Amino acid sequence: MLEFEKPVYELEKKINELKILSKSRPELLEEITRLEKKLEKVKEDVYKNLSSWQIVQIARHPDRPHSIDFINGICGEFFEIRGDRFFGDDSSVIAGIGKIDKTKFVIVGQEKGRSTKEKIDRNFGMPHPEGYRKAMRAFSIAEKFCFPVITFVDTPGAYPGIGAEERGQAWAISMSIYRMIGLKVPIITFIIGEGGSGGALAIGVGDKVFALEYSIYSVISPEGCAAILFRDSSKASKAAEHLKLTAKNLLEFGIVDEIIKEPKGGAHRNKEEIFERVKEKIMETYEELKKIKIDELLRKRKEKYLKIGIYKEVKNGTTGNT
Amino acid sequence: MFFRKPFKPDKKEIKAEVWRKCDSCGETLHIAQLEKNLWVCPKCSFHFRIPAKKYIEYIFEKESFVELFNEIESDDPLNFPDYKKKLKKAKEKTGLKEACITGKGKIDKFTVCAFISDFSFIGGSMGSAYGEKFYRICEHAVSEKLPLISITSSGGGARMQEGILSLMQLVKTNLGVKLLEENKIPYITVLCDPTMGGVMASFAALGDISLAEKGALLGFAGPRVIEQTIRQKLPEGFQRAEFQLEHGMIDEVIDRRELKKKLIKILNILWD
Ligand SMILES: [Zn+2]
Repeated sequence: MLEFEKPVYELEKKINELKILSKSRPELLEEITRLEKKLEKVKEDVYKNLSSWQIVQIARHPDRPHSIDFINGICGEFFEIRGDRFFGDDSSVIAGIGKIDKTKFVIVGQEKGRSTKEKIDRNFGMPHPEGYRKAMRAFSIAEKFCFPVITFVDTPGAYPGIGAEERGQAWAISMSIYRMIGLKVPIITFIIGEGGSGGALAIGVGDKVFALEYSIYSVISPEGCAAILFRDSSKASKAAEHLKLTAKNLLEFGIVDEIIKEPKGGAHRNKEEIFERVKEKIMETYEELKKIKIDELLRKRKEKYLKIGIYKEVKNGTTGNT
Repeated sequence: MFFRKPFKPDKKEIKAEVWRKCDSCGETLHIAQLEKNLWVCPKCSFHFRIPAKKYIEYIFEKESFVELFNEIESDDPLNFPDYKKKLKKAKEKTGLKEACITGKGKIDKFTVCAFISDFSFIGGSMGSAYGEKFYRICEHAVSEKLPLISITSSGGGARMQEGILSLMQLVKTNLGVKLLEENKIPYITVLCDPTMGGVMASFAALGDISLAEKGALLGFAGPRVIEQTIRQKLPEGFQRAEFQLEHGMIDEVIDRRELKKKLIKILNILWD
């Protein structure tokens, strides 16, 4: 539970207790109705004007649905592929083939893990080069069988470690991006939680990119930014505002095409609801993308990314923004 | 993000205008001597970081280099604290308008396009203007059918002050490389100290041929970040050019004094 969520959780707890008691004491029902009304009001107040930093906390919420939850919640069938065929298997990246209703997909996502042991096993969702090379294997399968690709982005970033550098972290990230810009099948990307810099983008190039309402995407973590900007990583909340990393900001900059509304308070408050919404979005988007000829799709993908960026072009002394 | 400690001349011992101390062996060297030696220490062959303009001077035939796309400059899209001031200072300090120079010129008998980044301009970091200039020079190389040579040095990679827009330049620059590939245009990368983060994790990693200057730090995460994460000291030479050669990431470690000769040799095979 996050600090600002407390009033909501406390009220919910009280209502649940009263509901149990009300089985033998029906006179409590009136009080329950009153509190439920109050709960709606409290939720409204708590979640109405969230700061960027509060959104960062929801994006990292311990109960937030992860890639694995989306896969289980959406796919009828899923077979996980393992290993990069070079060095090893990186379980911070889940990749595989699956079916959603009757449509076949290749799915790739970063996975942070839930229990302490699983978090350690999955390296808290921070991939090594093997993770990106496994993703590229999955992309090749997609191309061979003409399966569209779905990616779920949720990572603090690529892992900064000795082995990762020895095995070419930078090269793996670049090659994965390069593979995605030319991949001859539709790609649908969802920023579901934390989009941590290059390590996120390595699986985040898409024809359509969606961001969940309380997800974030940034070039550097707010803590890292605060350490550089204010020489104080505890000023992360301030840095989060400056970085413009919320879904709303991303939409304004053209980084994402659409925001997917979350249940009030965040996806963790009603997972079934968010799975249903994401599933609908996948099917709807695929229907739209599959009508486009592949050359046209690649051209559009390219044009979309060429448009991203804000700079000045100073010609003949006049300044124009692009 | 990683930055090496800036050079601080010891005023008691040396006058900074005329003498420089070698960062590696400590030898006091005369500036004129260093200039003649392409800013390589004659004693230990340590490679000093040099501005983009020096590479132009060292590689291209005299007065053959023409700058292109220098009308493209950084804006401040996030209204980020102190960014405007930082840009202004960087411009004054370097005489450049952006952290990279793009253009074309002659190397021996070859006319080539070049992308050269400058570490002294906000750490050679990549923002929207930088990414756009890279893409434009790729387009130019394709339309004029000229090889592209990229010389990089960048501390942190993507420029923090432009947030997510900087990160997206990894895609834009890779699209530039793809354009070169589709049109069979040679793309040679020269990785200089340091080439890190988002620059290394995009176009700098994709050269047909990839050279690196002696001792250049190359990789994704900076050594300080890694040390903080794993809570141990990194071995000597970690992420340096020689290390990356050993790990299969580059083709050759070169001495700056040999750079021009090497480029000619490669062009003679790829582009003759
Ligand atoms: Zn020396």
